[in-house]
Amino acid sequence: MYLTKEEEGILEGEKGPVLEKLMRLLARLGDIYGAEKMIPVGSVQVSGVSYKSVGDPGLAFLEDMASKGAKVSVLTFLNPAGMDLEDWEKIGFPQDFAKKQLKIMNAFKKMGIVVTSTCTPYLAGNLPRFREHIAWSESSAVSFANSVISARTNREGGPSALAAAVLEKTPEYGLHLDENRKPDVLVDVSCKIESDADFGALGWYIGKSVKSKIPYFKGLPSWSTTDDLKALGAAMAASGAVALYYAEGLTPEAHLQDVSDIEKITVEEEDMKETYAALNSGEKPDIVILGCPHASIRDIQKVASLVNGKSLKKPLWVCTSRVMKEAADRMGYTDVIEEAGGRIVADTCMVVSPIESMGYGTTGCSSGKAAQYLPGFCKQKVVFNSIESLIKEVL
Amino acid sequence: MGRMISPGKATADAIVSDEPIGFYGGVDIETGIVIERGHPLEGECVTGKVLVFPRGKGSTVGSYVIYGLEKNNVGPVAIVNEETETIVATGAILAGIPCVDGIDISRFKSGDILTVDADKGSVEKVGSKGL
Repeated sequence: MYLTKEEEGILEGEKGPVLEKLMRLLARLGDIYGAEKMIPVGSVQVSGVSYKSVGDPGLAFLEDMASKGAKVSVLTFLNPAGMDLEDWEKIGFPQDFAKKQLKIMNAFKKMGIVVTSTCTPYLAGNLPRFREHIAWSESSAVSFANSVISARTNREGGPSALAAAVLEKTPEYGLHLDENRKPDVLVDVSCKIESDADFGALGWYIGKSVKSKIPYFKGLPSWSTTDDLKALGAAMAASGAVALYYAEGLTPEAHLQDVSDIEKITVEEEDMKETYAALNSGEKPDIVILGCPHASIRDIQKVASLVNGKSLKKPLWVCTSRVMKEAADRMGYTDVIEEAGGRIVADTCMVVSPIESMGYGTTGCSSGKAAQYLPGFCKQKVVFNSIESLIKEVL
Repeated sequence: MGRMISPGKATADAIVSDEPIGFYGGVDIETGIVIERGHPLEGECVTGKVLVFPRGKGSTVGSYVIYGLEKNNVGPVAIVNEETETIVATGAILAGIPCVDGIDISRFKSGDILTVDADKGSVEKVGSKGL
């Protein structure tokens, strides 16, 4: 790969060991994937934030970087932490866990990263523009940025995103190049799509089938919202490695794609039925957790209207970003949900928080992504259904 | 010949999956045991093995899990893929685990003893466990 004089200098240690290590990682990735050069990035999303995800090795890695003076030079946001960073004590997150989590947050803050802690940075103040080159991790945000916004990013790993944030560049390969962004499988949606969970189930099924290919959806409802598209993309990125999809009439560059001569998959009612069966491993939820990816204000509004004046028999968490929580507080949605016995949990989510050690065994969720991760990572049985059905279940 | 993703050499028993692996939520960082429900390797341990799988999938936190497995001394000694994507590559490079891709993995099965020479991009079967 071609490196500028300045980049070569960094690689030779002219700007200290931290930059050298990070440049080495990017240069190696560039060489492996055939990049010709580095390109500037407009923003970064860093994953690997929860102590539960990165553990002591991750904490040590991040503290080492921060203490050696690593500083980001481009707008950089963070993925969810393992707990609500303000209300963790009240909600009952374990003390020793919290201590480590706060250390991780401090290391990120020291590096100049905006400690937003959300998997939906595009709803919280980090919104790339059309065709902007960015370096994002968080598989669901990568999918959203590439597909719904039509920005350009590879699926960065946590550390490679961090390297891009500090160096303000990324090697130009993969989805940064237009020739690698062509769809290679046409998905004909001939099943009914009616609820939020249907988008998650469809995404989970397609991710499993196409793995890392680029699907082009035909037949998604014209009323699909950005929340629906985020759910679809998140599920595909969790059950597979889909980093980019197109949806006819819904995503910005779909009409520019040629799909006349590509492999075709038709999704029938039967496929959806099987998917629901595969995702449902539990009977009765001990807790219902919504907001994977983080709930939008529209999602929160919906939950508030469903529980308004009612009393929940089981805990209900709505996970969201601090920014959306503020709006929900102001609108009174938080009060409505709390009066019913639920709560809005900010900065974290069910997958990265230690729910298995908080006494829960079966979790209800409407997210295909959550349904993928809960059994392995949180040792949960799963009840997978729409928001409406899940809330009915616990009223 | 494959492509070197992360340098180094290792010889060990293979553990082979014909399904992709998502390390985050898929492999336990403390024990190296595969925890993804329904995965062909569920319940098996990757520690000290040559871990062979087609490609990565899932969360971008996978890089940290690979790094963490190594730091906790429960990582695989080498990784062999058909195609290594950025998440696994970043993890292997940071952890210093030899990693090669561009390999036809259908030639291998769990229990084969494999020698991986990442610098040369080669993976060879040198024996079978118990033989």
